[in-house]
Amino acid sequence: MEMPEPNQDVIRRSGELAAALSAVLPRGAVLDREDQRRAYESDGLTAYRQMPLMVALPETTGQISQVLRICASFGAKVVPRGAGTSLSGGALPLADGVLLGMARFNRILDIDYANRCVVAQPGVTNLAISDAVASRGFYYAPDPSSQIACTIGGNVAENSGGVHCLKYGLTTNNLLGLETVLMNGEVVRLGGKHLDQSAYDLLGIMAGSEGLLAVITEVTVRILPKPQSAQALLIGFDAIQAAADCVAAIIAGGIIPAGMELMDGPAIRAAEAFTGAGYPTEAAALLIVEVDGTQAEVRSLAGKVGEIAKTHGATTVRASASEADRAKFWAGRKAAFPAVGRISPDYYCMDGTIPRGRLAQVLGEIGSLSERYGLAVANVFHAGDGNLHPLILYDANEPGQLDRAEQFGADILRLCVSVGGVLTGEHGVGVEKRDLMGEVFSEVDLAQQQRLKCAFDAEGALNPGKVFPTLHRCAELGRVHVHGGKTRFPELPRL
Amino acid sequence: MTGILAPGDEVQTAEAVADAASSGTTLDVRGGGSKLALGRPVQAEAILDISALAGIQLYEPEELVITVAAATPLAEVEAALAEAGQHLAFEPPDYDHVLGNDGGGATIGGVIACNLSGPRRITAGAARDHVLGIAAISGRGDLFKSGGRVVKNVTGYDLSKLMAGSMGTLGVMTEVTLKTLPRPKETRTVVIEEHSISSAPEIMERVAGSDAEATGLAHLTTNAGARSSVSAISRADGAIAIRLEGAGDSVADRAAALAEQYKDAKVQILDHEQSLTLWAEIRDCKLLPANHSMWRISVQPDSVAFVAARISVGCDAEFLVDWAGGLIWVAVEDDDPNEGPVRWALDGFSGHATLVRASEDLRRRVPVFHPEPAPLMALNARVKNAFDPLGILNPGRMVDGL
Repeated sequence: MEMPEPNQDVIRRSGELAAALSAVLPRGAVLDREDQRRAYESDGLTAYRQMPLMVALPETTGQISQVLRICASFGAKVVPRGAGTSLSGGALPLADGVLLGMARFNRILDIDYANRCVVAQPGVTNLAISDAVASRGFYYAPDPSSQIACTIGGNVAENSGGVHCLKYGLTTNNLLGLETVLMNGEVVRLGGKHLDQSAYDLLGIMAGSEGLLAVITEVTVRILPKPQSAQALLIGFDAIQAAADCVAAIIAGGIIPAGMELMDGPAIRAAEAFTGAGYPTEAAALLIVEVDGTQAEVRSLAGKVGEIAKTHGATTVRASASEADRAKFWAGRKAAFPAVGRISPDYYCMDGTIPRGRLAQVLGEIGSLSERYGLAVANVFHAGDGNLHPLILYDANEPGQLDRAEQFGADILRLCVSVGGVLTGEHGVGVEKRDLMGEVFSEVDLAQQQRLKCAFDAEGALNPGKVFPTLHRCAELGRVHVHGGKTRFPELPRL
Repeated sequence: MTGILAPGDEVQTAEAVADAASSGTTLDVRGGGSKLALGRPVQAEAILDISALAGIQLYEPEELVITVAAATPLAEVEAALAEAGQHLAFEPPDYDHVLGNDGGGATIGGVIACNLSGPRRITAGAARDHVLGIAAISGRGDLFKSGGRVVKNVTGYDLSKLMAGSMGTLGVMTEVTLKTLPRPKETRTVVIEEHSISSAPEIMERVAGSDAEATGLAHLTTNAGARSSVSAISRADGAIAIRLEGAGDSVADRAAALAEQYKDAKVQILDHEQSLTLWAEIRDCKLLPANHSMWRISVQPDSVAFVAARISVGCDAEFLVDWAGGLIWVAVEDDDPNEGPVRWALDGFSGHATLVRASEDLRRRVPVFHPEPAPLMALNARVKNAFDPLGILNPGRMVDGL
């Protein structure tokens, strides 16, 4: 993976830079010894490693503003990092870059039930927000599987989803406000406790911007009252196609479940062996459908889903009889990644999104690729929103297997794009999928996206080397050619 | 004004914009022309009429997705969705009453470009939350796309969100892909009689914070309610309207249970048809008089009573509250919008006030969109420059000089 050429001048002046940062930060908040920096050399995508030039751990927005100003004056790059759970290398450090650790921004600032929102610092974990409001019967809807560890700031950067986003939306749909700091040190507040923005929707742009536009220093999210009740159904099928047809029929029946997850045979068996969730291990596909709402609504919807399943050839249908039951049903799915980790020395998690109707075709082709590469694969699928997580099993100690796994993964993503899908649903492009962006976007599309980055960060100092396969200078992107009044298209109809 | 450019397709539209860019010709971008009175008046050298870019290009109900050319009439899109039992869940409003139009001109592109959302905004999200992908032409004449046709997507910046609400100042949208959802089969409205805008918010807060799952929560003053064509509303002395929706017969049971909780007040339940009528009236703001100036205020819900009281000190006005307190419509009984009292009323609260109805002259002089702090405005100007460096697309539509 090629990263931007390190600026040797910045590396040479690192002592000076560390001293300048230390002068505006609390004692011990600049880490520049090798043993200190080592802890930050990779994120959740451990295949890529790079030691940062140094690590800065600010505590206040004012300090971040000063840190960014200082970095800008040195020409130093900055890589923001939350909990470091990124699966796409979004927080991979740079040899000439300051790693901006947001761990000390770990407080919930305001729980506002009247306005149904929570204001939190970006280093607060996703689950901590739901936990903080649980006693009053509220929760924060997006629930990525890593929610005990991943931070809300990182969730905004990657626009994280979870298993309930078909009904309740992604981070971007639950985000009300942000405080951000630009590379020039300016503090810009977007949104607040109200809905929608008056000027351009920069909140919408920040969600999923992978730390390339601004540093997030405060997040306001909406919280929802917990549904009165919820029920999950475990539905087994002897063919993937039957399960996929059942998903389509549920939606065609006018039902939007709170969650709808599909696992293939290898994923079912790995999860069952790990958690004993009670999954039908002989099934080729397992659908977990959760409906929620008032008790009357849940009874009615669960009944309908059960009927649809039976008419689509379900081999087993089990409805949760209690909250403990429901939790058990989900435990298997939520532990699917570690469960697969138990049966293979290493696994590589992919994150493509496809139109739901192409699932059986895509899984069939992934099966063929699996044979071709000689690497097994287990699939879990957010069936409601078409987000597919194939887990490629490999052994990094076997020469050549990591390379084969990466090529296999790239082929899966190309396959997703070819059926009308995209490279990433919720893990981000990062460094991992950067060089595949050309499969989805033209040079014109990518240039327009980079011009937007220039509006936030004209020097390209914030998290460079991520998302975009080639870096262009803002001056070059900004050039306009005006041909003094000449009409180039005289054939165009003019009324 | 040098005339009207009327390209016949996407390629010609891109050529027209490239042409305008090379000659520095400013463009007034129009689809159906129904929202010309929304925002600041544009003074451009030519009109770019994209009404030929119409038609549904792809609709797959089982995938919950529709792709349409930008100037497709909203009515055509809604009819196609209704046939498959679906809808646009953000409830696109029709502002013809507010803007004084004859009606019928709204296009899907216009709804998205203005990011207009109805009462279901509180649970379903805004128009921008339903845009999965777009194709648009930048002020350089470049046709670019963003997003896709799937809900979950972080592949590149979400430029679709930026296009929504930018009123044609960043790009000429040529195509939009939207998320569709099943249309609720049953609707009921629980109506609690309550005339006071200072007492209503407390009840609305209680309902919104409960597990009742209201998909609409509005307050109508006595005067506003009196304009409703639903007699149960027009006869009441003001009303809090709580909408419940769902796929089945459980909706009626839920309505009965909710009404039971408020039995100490005067409570009624509207049936499905009455509910549809009432919520369309609320969505389109038909319950306020549209003969003078109107504001649309997005605000933190717990400030409603305070904001309304402050405005009432400064001018004569009527109110309608939607979005569980998050949206206040203000009809000022004066041709002058009374910007001072209205914007002052938001002082200290999170929110913004948009002037949606006023004469062209007033919309030129009074900032239509809420003034923002300098660093944010500067950032907005840089974003505009990233898309339209020559400033040829709808100049001045949102902010003077931008």
